[in-house]
Amino acid sequence: MLVLVSLVGFSVLHLAPGGPAAIYAMTPTMSAEDLDRLTRELGLDRPVPEQYARWVGGVLTGNWGRSYRDGRLVREIIVDRVPATMVLMVSAFSVALGLGLFTGIVSAVRQYSLFDHLLTFGSMVALSIPTFWLGLMAIYVFAVLLGVLPPGNMGTIGADFSLTDRLRHLLLPAATLGVVMVATWSRYTRASILEVIQEDYIRTARAKGVAAGAVIVKHALKNALIPLITLAGLQLPLVFSGALVTETVFTWPGMGRLFVDSIGYRDYPVLMGLLMLTALLVVVGNLLTDFIYAAVDPRVRLA
Amino acid sequence: MSDAPVLSRFIRHRPAVGSVLVIALLGFGAVFAGGLRLPDPIRIEMADKFAPPLTKGHVLGADELGRDVLSRLLHAGRVSLTVGVAAMLVTVTFGALLGTLAGYWQGVVDTAPLRVTDAMLSFPPFFLLLALAAFVRPSLASMTLIIGATSWMDVTRMVRGQMLALREREFVQGARGLGASGGRIMVRHLLPNTVGIIAVAATLSVARAILLESYISFLGYGIQPPLASWGNMLNNAQSYFTSAPWVAIFPGITITLAVTSFNFLGDGLRDAFDPRHVMSPR
Repeated sequence: MLVLVSLVGFSVLHLAPGGPAAIYAMTPTMSAEDLDRLTRELGLDRPVPEQYARWVGGVLTGNWGRSYRDGRLVREIIVDRVPATMVLMVSAFSVALGLGLFTGIVSAVRQYSLFDHLLTFGSMVALSIPTFWLGLMAIYVFAVLLGVLPPGNMGTIGADFSLTDRLRHLLLPAATLGVVMVATWSRYTRASILEVIQEDYIRTARAKGVAAGAVIVKHALKNALIPLITLAGLQLPLVFSGALVTETVFTWPGMGRLFVDSIGYRDYPVLMGLLMLTALLVVVGNLLTDFIYAAVDPRVRLA
Repeated sequence: MSDAPVLSRFIRHRPAVGSVLVIALLGFGAVFAGGLRLPDPIRIEMADKFAPPLTKGHVLGADELGRDVLSRLLHAGRVSLTVGVAAMLVTVTFGALLGTLAGYWQGVVDTAPLRVTDAMLSFPPFFLLLALAAFVRPSLASMTLIIGATSWMDVTRMVRGQMLALREREFVQGARGLGASGGRIMVRHLLPNTVGIIAVAATLSVARAILLESYISFLGYGIQPPLASWGNMLNNAQSYFTSAPWVAIFPGITITLAVTSFNFLGDGLRDAFDPRHVMSPR
């Protein structure tokens, strides 16, 4: 699977016209010989399959190559950026999970109420707003108009580390990234609970006099959550995409911004490393959800 | 399934009906943008630089080069809606074709495309798209193809799933028993039964394509100025919006409006085509 993933990623990067040499070629001080030498040193004059074979050989021995831009090790560059993205994604995800479950449950229990209508409508709109624009608007309102929150970066530049400062910087990007997730979670929770509520065992619980709230929390929610585990896995690629855009708008020093920057420099080794790492995380994430699924639901057997 | 219940179920889905009106309005604006006696969308008028809305004849204000925002929005609609619909056609054609073939002929024809589909789905969609977009010379056609090339996987999976369920049904076995060829069964018997899910997928993929176009253009790798698209109108907005927020606000609202409408439309179509599906509140 990962072999195929790497093949797709590699072909996309290398079959596209205008390689890294084209960027160097635009530098006026670069002579034709220098360009030639550079292309040869980077191995870019070799056929694509051979380049791929070299790259795979490197990765298998733990060598992800060096950045074309500054010659640093790709692994180091990427590892530097992982924590920032993780902080952003995990905080957005956990808040979205809580809020999404809560609103989804209320919406399902009070089906066709005003709250339900508003929420269904609101979540559809939230799913449709371009994340970057939402980020821009958040910056405009909270940083420019009200001036209560910082417009970007992970912390105040030059200041000593302080938790409140970090949290203040985290609030806007995490909220921006979280909006789409809240909407998704709330929609799926609502649908899942509505489905479960019609089951016989819910009627049984109600008939034997279990309190309405306890029926929902103890009997319905437990069963409704099972399909939602899969959602967590399926959402991962989208969350990465959202993080890329959010990081760009908020100048957040994570993997997404590294990707955008590296594209500008045609930095193939870094791009390839990022593509593979995110794909790897997605594959592992899906595998993990499958395991959790089997552990939670005794009806599912692992093949 | 006759047409009447599908239509009546669709009409009962009020947000979907409203969405049709919004889409019609946006489409109308895009088609007749030239005939509305608005300022030229690409004419630079430095005297009008950052004119606020409702001043100097600019209903929605002017941007950093004094170009009329309303006029640009309507003309951008042509570009964004064209890319959206064209990318949808690429997505659906390719996705449905592969899904049909994979679902009907199992074995190698099924496994090989399925593995590629899974591999493509493992990438965060936007990473792959951006990598492609950045290396290809941007134009309407290239944007359409790139978005189509990175969006077909969901359609393939949906159509394949439907095919797997349908191919064992009696009417297919009947057709096979009467000696119909594989191609004929696919085109005449199986494909018509997937029209519903394809219509839903098509609508949702227009929404997705419009959104993706705006993302790429916002990052500067999409449709290039002076040609306006909803996304590239926001490209420079980040630098100006302290002084001229309208330059950023209106394109964003338009994108949200368009994407929401297509999403609701898809929702309405799903309810209409599949009565078993839980009806979303009207």
